[in-house]
Amino acid sequence: MDAIASKSISSINLSIYRYDPDSGKKPYMQDLSIDIPEGQDIMVLDLLNMAKEQDPSISFRRSCGEGVCGSDGMNINGKNGLGCITPLSEALKGNKIVLRPLPGLPVIKDLIVDMKQFVDQYKKIKPYLINDEEKPEREIKQTVEEREKLDGLYECIMCGCCSTACPSFWWNPDKFLGPAALLQAHRFISDSRDTATEERLDQLEDAFSVFKCHGIMNCVSVCPKGLNPTKAINEIKKKLVKRAL
Amino acid sequence: MAMNGKGEELDASKLKVLEFDGIVVGGGGSGLMASLQLAQSGFKTAVVSKVFPTRSHTVSAQGGITCAIQSADPDDDWRWHMYDTVKGSDFIGDQDSIEYMCQEGPKAVFELEHMGLPFSRTEEGKIYQRAFGGQSKDYGKGGQAERTCAAADRTGHALLHTLYQANLKAGTNFLSEWFAVDLVKNGDNQVVGVIAFEIETGEPYFLKSKATVLATGGAGRIYQTTSNAMINTGDGTGMVLRAGFPVQDMEMWQFHPTGIYGHGTLVTEGCRGEGGYLVNKDGERFMERYAPNYKDLASRDVVARSMMLEILEGRGCGPDADHVYLKLDHLGPEIVHKRLPGITELSKTFAHVDPVEHPIPVVPTCHYAMGGIPTNVHGQVLTQATDGTDNVVHGLYAAGEAACVSVHGGNRLGGNSLLDLIVFGRSAGLHIENALKDGITLSKATNDDIDQALVNLNRVNISSTGEDVATVKAELQKNMQLNFGVFRTGDLMEKGLVELENIREKTHNIHLTDKSSRFNTARVEALELLNLIEVAQATAVCANERKESRGAHARDDFQERDDENWLKHSIYFADTKEVTKRDVNFRPKTVQAFQPIVRSY
Repeated sequence: MDAIASKSISSINLSIYRYDPDSGKKPYMQDLSIDIPEGQDIMVLDLLNMAKEQDPSISFRRSCGEGVCGSDGMNINGKNGLGCITPLSEALKGNKIVLRPLPGLPVIKDLIVDMKQFVDQYKKIKPYLINDEEKPEREIKQTVEEREKLDGLYECIMCGCCSTACPSFWWNPDKFLGPAALLQAHRFISDSRDTATEERLDQLEDAFSVFKCHGIMNCVSVCPKGLNPTKAINEIKKKLVKRAL
Repeated sequence: MAMNGKGEELDASKLKVLEFDGIVVGGGGSGLMASLQLAQSGFKTAVVSKVFPTRSHTVSAQGGITCAIQSADPDDDWRWHMYDTVKGSDFIGDQDSIEYMCQEGPKAVFELEHMGLPFSRTEEGKIYQRAFGGQSKDYGKGGQAERTCAAADRTGHALLHTLYQANLKAGTNFLSEWFAVDLVKNGDNQVVGVIAFEIETGEPYFLKSKATVLATGGAGRIYQTTSNAMINTGDGTGMVLRAGFPVQDMEMWQFHPTGIYGHGTLVTEGCRGEGGYLVNKDGERFMERYAPNYKDLASRDVVARSMMLEILEGRGCGPDADHVYLKLDHLGPEIVHKRLPGITELSKTFAHVDPVEHPIPVVPTCHYAMGGIPTNVHGQVLTQATDGTDNVVHGLYAAGEAACVSVHGGNRLGGNSLLDLIVFGRSAGLHIENALKDGITLSKATNDDIDQALVNLNRVNISSTGEDVATVKAELQKNMQLNFGVFRTGDLMEKGLVELENIREKTHNIHLTDKSSRFNTARVEALELLNLIEVAQATAVCANERKESRGAHARDDFQERDDENWLKHSIYFADTKEVTKRDVNFRPKTVQAFQPIVRSY
């Protein structure tokens, strides 16, 4: 808030990626000047909503506006993040802001990318609890310590910021599962209630699914929820190696 | 034929048709619970959602699911939960529905746990439960209960992702990023599907189904300041009203006490459940004056009004004395970080405050619609005959916040919304499953029936001049905020109603400037506005009509509850814009009904 207030910026130069394949036009950057309320640190999403009032054809996804639904992942001045919880004070370079779609996925229109590849990789890891034992009448017991192992894993909001910041995912989006799916894989491997750990590890045991991660850690630096997919991936690697010995 | 802005009108012959056993409109908690039930039974099921399902607003629910699972207290009793809910509703919640919800709840909660929902745990490895507002033991005589099952302060997120995952496993078809426009109703008043379009391509469809579930969630976006997601535009409610069916208790809107000042984003009641409390500018814990027994854990309507009174009487905080503080700093970092990690994030982001060190500035924010599409406990949508009797609308179901079953009556208790949506999403699914097994027969829709459901879409698509959508929406929201807020009075509401008529005229004349096919969010927003106006007008008319104060509906000109005239549901039809009454259910099956008493906390 203070950064904006002290500079008393009232007009922002917004440059936004525009592309509608149906229009026959090539992608281009649209420049808009947006007046913002003085002394307030608005979010990138607020800025986009103001831009849309100027030009209703600008397209982007948004829903909760508080960083839990994962709709508005985008590339903000070169870094992936959520529009709704990225304040201008953090994102601005001078008074300029450049918004592009998440890199590495096909663009449907403007800031909207096709998430199919991302979701397909998520589906591959069987993202649901597998437990073939007879169920108790009440809850399946889990100790506080066992439950703590899920912290830092279950909170993923599937925004796609991490996988689309990952060079290994750009190269092999079909064979390398990517940080988001692997974080979920580890969430179920770590769950004391899940009985399919071995099958899950079997499925991950190839040269690509996990091992294409080279520890670049872009995923960690962009995750809007402060999660650490690299750590989860390393845990999976350790389990695979330990099992092979 | 995708909608391409060449001014061509759509008709039945131009639509692609897809056929399902059951379609569920909405991919939040109640929708995914209904679809799971159907898909697991092998029926061809589709979820039609305008956003990818995990973007639905259930994801934002924080505090938990209130349910007597006897974890925190082995002697807890669903009947106590029922008593609290009836009292919380200010006695216009239907007691058969409340009984069903409280009794069936534990089964549904354990089902979710078995699906993998990562609940927080007690030392014994059981599901963790926290205290929430309006909860008591022993029918209000045994002190504060701890009945809300929680996954830290991210229960909705954990629940929605778990349900999405379970649906993937069950093979549910997801029509993600499809927008449902209107119901297709045949000459026998049966609902035989919906008109929808795929947002990515702009391709319109007739989705034909033996059963249609409206699980479209809330409509908090009729107000300027709300905790609701931008997608909460009352789409199912709009569809029902346009199809000539009624809504119930639409004047009952919950203003949640603790919206972050200046933004509206919510911080959970769980903050107070964990020991946080509200203070005014003098640092006084003012809830002790308004609710000596329950204090900060009185029910939400009571707390929100007390906060507004503090502010109106000049004891608000900040330079404009227009908010109060929520204090958590005395709890210590361990409790705050372990039990309320999401709140810490939100508070830092939107209030620039670390709750471990400083209080959070808060003000009541529009949060939840207790009213909605009237249904029975099986989720079947009801309409009212001219003689006042209830009739089932064949082929149509509703569940979750869009529905009014009515378990919340005049005021919802915290943690009861997640319970409502899992219990009644499931019961709708179960009823459809049985009906499909018995062989539902609905008569067919004619091309005229289908064309009728295309009227709105066509009007928007061919508009060539007229009103700007964003401008009209802002006028609507401002009007609702000013004239139909926490405190209401006849004069202001009369003024607001006149203004709403003008706004409705404008919505008839909106202009969609961008008519492109591909992912046209402007088209979606134009159609959403047509739903917002239906909800807003229903709210306004019912609020003006209910001449008493009950639950969340507080009138300066009628300050008392009037059981003689208004121990009733309000029923509103859009074509007449008139309000009729419907009896509240006082016939639970296994317990004695709870009779109205003075409601104090």
